[in-house]
Amino acid sequence: MDIKKVQNDSELTMVISGRLDTNAASKLISDIDESLVEGVNSFVLDMAECDYVASSGLRAILGAQKKMNALQGTMVVKNVVSDVMEVFEMTGFADILNFE
Amino acid sequence: MKKEINVEATMENLDTVLGFIEENLELAKCPMKIAMKMTVCVEELFVNIVNYAYDGLVGPCSISFEVCDNTLDKAIITLSDQGKAFNPLEKEDPDTTLSADERKIGGLGIFMVKNIVDKIYYERKGENNTIIMEKTWKI
Repeated sequence: MDIKKVQNDSELTMVISGRLDTNAASKLISDIDESLVEGVNSFVLDMAECDYVASSGLRAILGAQKKMNALQGTMVVKNVVSDVMEVFEMTGFADILNFE
Repeated sequence: MKKEINVEATMENLDTVLGFIEENLELAKCPMKIAMKMTVCVEELFVNIVNYAYDGLVGPCSISFEVCDNTLDKAIITLSDQGKAFNPLEKEDPDTTLSADERKIGGLGIFMVKNIVDKIYYERKGENNTIIMEKTWKI
């Protein structure tokens, strides 16, 4: 999995591509911990190129949402492919995340 | 037709295990949509074994893949370890209706597995834990 980061003032975009498996999720969690800090009030997670999500990946995404809530910012998950969306729906994540 | 691989239960071997499953699902002409979810199931169970079966030590794990020869539309996948007796299916399901801040960390993987497969069961035989999953698809 690859993570690309684009910072635009207070908005941070992360573009993840490939498989968000347990090994990739550890990397994503540390990237999120490092990047979502005071001063970031908008976080965009672009998943257009991500075709696989395990529960560890869901936990990483949930962690990001909790962090943005704590920072009183917003988070949007963008361009989710249908197979991955099914995983979000199955686990109730479709109801707690904002999609675009 | 049954195939099997044996690996040490470590996170470094996750790619090998998932590669084995993906390759065999493809040979069995399993639709992509189902193949992705079945691969997730194998990952969840394998990661469980890595994290819990051997109490922080490393032990063996074998994964087998079997398709029905005459119909080719059903896969039986098993994961076995020689760790302590542990049935992951007994884990309580998470509450999937809670908000982001209320959500807890555990139990999500097994919950997904139970949702994806048609049948799943656990066996303890001698020193072995085995999880058997079955999934049928339309061809």
